[in-house]
Amino acid sequence: MTDQNEPQHPGRPAGPDADKHNADKHNADKHNADKHDAVKHHADKHHLPKPADEETAAVVSLDTAGGAMGPSAVPATAQSGKIPGGPETLVRRIFTGSGMVSVLAVLLALVLGGLLIAFTDKQVGATATYLLARPTDFLSAVWTAATRSYVALFQGSVFNPRGAGIAGQFAPFMETLTIATPLITAGLGVALAFRAGLFNIGAQGQIIMAGILAAWAGFALHLPLGLHLLLVLLAGVIGGAFWGGLVGYLKARTGAHEVILTIMFNYIALYLLRYLLNTPAFQRPGESNPISPVLDASAVYPQIFGSQYRLHLGFLLAIAATVFVWWLLNRSTVGFEFRAVGANPKAAQTAGINVSRSTILVMAIAGALAGLSGVAQVAGTEKVLTDGVAATYGFDAITVALLGRSTPWGTFAAGLLFGAFRAGAVQMQIQTGTPIDIVLVVQSLIVLFIAAPPLVRAVFGLNPRRKKRATAGKSKTPATTGGAA
Amino acid sequence: MSTTSTSPLPGKPDAPQQAGERVQAASAKPVTWKTPVLLTALGIVAFIFFGLMGPNQTARFGLSSSGDFFQLPALEVPAFLGGIILSVLMLGLAGYAVYLKTKDQAAPRWVPVTFIVLFVAAFLIWVVGGARTPSISLAGLIAGSVTLAVPLVFGSLSGVLCERVGVVNIAIEGQLLGGAFTAALVASMTRSPFLGLLAAAVAGAVVSMVLALFSIKYLVNQIIVGVVLNVLVSGLTGFLFNTVMQADKATFNSPDQLPIIDIPVLSSIPVIGPILFKQSVVGYLMYIAVIVVWVGLFKTKWGLRVRAVGEHPQAADTMGIKVNTTRFWNVTLGGAIAGIGGSFFTLVAIDSFTEEISGGRGFIALAALIFGRWNPIGAFFASLLFGFADNLQSIVTIIGTPVPSQFMAMLPYLVTVLAVAGLVGRSRPPAASGIPYVKG
Repeated sequence: MTDQNEPQHPGRPAGPDADKHNADKHNADKHNADKHDAVKHHADKHHLPKPADEETAAVVSLDTAGGAMGPSAVPATAQSGKIPGGPETLVRRIFTGSGMVSVLAVLLALVLGGLLIAFTDKQVGATATYLLARPTDFLSAVWTAATRSYVALFQGSVFNPRGAGIAGQFAPFMETLTIATPLITAGLGVALAFRAGLFNIGAQGQIIMAGILAAWAGFALHLPLGLHLLLVLLAGVIGGAFWGGLVGYLKARTGAHEVILTIMFNYIALYLLRYLLNTPAFQRPGESNPISPVLDASAVYPQIFGSQYRLHLGFLLAIAATVFVWWLLNRSTVGFEFRAVGANPKAAQTAGINVSRSTILVMAIAGALAGLSGVAQVAGTEKVLTDGVAATYGFDAITVALLGRSTPWGTFAAGLLFGAFRAGAVQMQIQTGTPIDIVLVVQSLIVLFIAAPPLVRAVFGLNPRRKKRATAGKSKTPATTGGAA
Repeated sequence: MSTTSTSPLPGKPDAPQQAGERVQAASAKPVTWKTPVLLTALGIVAFIFFGLMGPNQTARFGLSSSGDFFQLPALEVPAFLGGIILSVLMLGLAGYAVYLKTKDQAAPRWVPVTFIVLFVAAFLIWVVGGARTPSISLAGLIAGSVTLAVPLVFGSLSGVLCERVGVVNIAIEGQLLGGAFTAALVASMTRSPFLGLLAAAVAGAVVSMVLALFSIKYLVNQIIVGVVLNVLVSGLTGFLFNTVMQADKATFNSPDQLPIIDIPVLSSIPVIGPILFKQSVVGYLMYIAVIVVWVGLFKTKWGLRVRAVGEHPQAADTMGIKVNTTRFWNVTLGGAIAGIGGSFFTLVAIDSFTEEISGGRGFIALAALIFGRWNPIGAFFASLLFGFADNLQSIVTIIGTPVPSQFMAMLPYLVTVLAVAGLVGRSRPPAASGIPYVKG
């Protein structure tokens, strides 16, 4: 699998030095630069993002995530699946680029999910008993079972031809956007932390803390229209930022690992919420269940397309947040520092970047973004606070960020996709009885496949043909070559 | 200090002493104020809450149950006096740590450990003393703690095996859940809980193999794979539970239970009898596993190799150890152990599988492993502590204390945060943990 890292050109002399200076120089050297001289490289490229950098950026983002545990020994190229260029491989290049791998990964996951649906289907089981006599029955039963579920999924998430009028037909799409809203903002928080080399598993806790504060501001305070909502928003964002920033502070001060901290903080937040919902300050009067009063009308997000859809202002804020994160990462000094720290903390420190400050700040901003999800939940979708306020959005956000390759717009798109899965799965369960859990399976398979491009290419037979191994080059350039595991 | 080092006066009596101190300070890590300050703070909290504001009842701890071999009298502690005495002892320990710090010495391990024991005891007296019925069975409390700790111990052992070899295992939760599901399924279909136990180990190993495959062969970040695997297992088991198990509960989700093996006479010893000699097969396996893993890791050639791979893979490779092969099989073994722990849910605790039956215990196991400093014995006692907190939480709600049960539930996580933040001693993971090894 690592052969592809080495520039191989069937038509050229395969000497290592010749390879170094061939047409692949651009890509190969760029990876080296990313890996070993990240700060300098970023300093050079800082204000010149080019479309050609896209793939590299995505690769770096995943790879820097790997760097979170310490200086990583993974060659940056190991995950990129860089294929040797050259005119005759242009088609191959298109089909093996990271965008294509993403598409194929989704496809593969859907196929596997479909098989899972099919093999638990009663009709399929019935036809399997006479499989050898009439295999076509079996195959068509498999096809029907899988497609029926996926068609229901589509109708529940994008377009329902049986809906009442245009409004009804597009209602599923509006529902998708509604559910995607918290996924996008929380996903952005996770993605931003990834880019700074931090694993933010704590979106769940950050959403909860934001939900607690935002909900309290929403039902306990009574303020004029506009001001109230602004305060609710602020309270939520501060709640999330505090919970995230606390992790950043502990990591910066004590060196504790953020994965452990965020996991623990998720539970602490959850139990705090459960406790609060049993206190008079938060529990709805006259209610024995742990549920808060309904938020004031002045404290909830207005609905964008009127009261017939649940879609609310939070979605527009999610778009704004995406733009903000894009700007932060690609245009601001602070974002540049984040990426530098993510690429190589030691180099960043040497270059005069305050790594501790960066860690605290990036976790606080990530928390604030997750906080937007919390606000979207209590002030947009739910309008009350329950102990299910965060549902599983915080954990889904991790897969969203991974699928989006930690880029802002990638995360946005991934949030929409997973939002569609979530929205459609409800309809799918009602119509075909396929449990919602299938969505978890498909989601996690997608992320697994996307993280391992060589696997996906192997499944689709797209791996580069292994010809001569440039063994001579191995000993000379150990940094760019990795032995097959 | 600097003046003495540049111009040491030979006639000065304290010069050698200072030099000695300097050597000591330089050889060890710089002694911080963390431990003394934290101990003092906790000591003051204990003094105020458990001591001064302590309840005025007598807390009663039953030590024997009626069927025991011989009877021990119940332990009766005046809550107020007990709180005062214990918190003063704690403050003494904190003072000792401060005294050591002023002499630039770190507090030895037994200081925080004793402190924790005293704190837990004081807390227990305070909780029970403040209850409506200030009496609990200590024997029952401890036995219940061990029971609740069983999956945690297996899970944290899995984590120890994986991290010691350099692979971070966030997928413990998935391994437990996979084990629980498979155990229920196979035990129901074959009507043999022992086959279920075996199947659980296989299921855990399979989950682990995916982790190993992706993190070792495809070099995908281990934490990413772990997180995703948890979701995948949760989705798969949930899906199959809703389709296969719910459709025919009698065939697929009614596992026979593993028998409780009662060793005669020994099991009647008060307090420790039920813990050690009245367990299910999984319970006995737990003790065996802890000992085997500890001996294996620290007393055998295999263990030395494993730890070498986890600490310095390059050096291990140079010595001819196959790093990635070692990693693969260790991670697989860890998964099998966690899978057995998962079978506890469906073959011992509850007699059927439900969705998310592991309920986040994989993450507590992760915490226990860190709190136990990547050591099987440490992980075992940390798991017991967390099991204790879990059990206490349900007991205090029964006897009716002013402490909200949610805070009791929160305790393991808070303790872990303190532990990883280095406030209770310093915990250091294996050096190469989380870093893929690429032969170069």
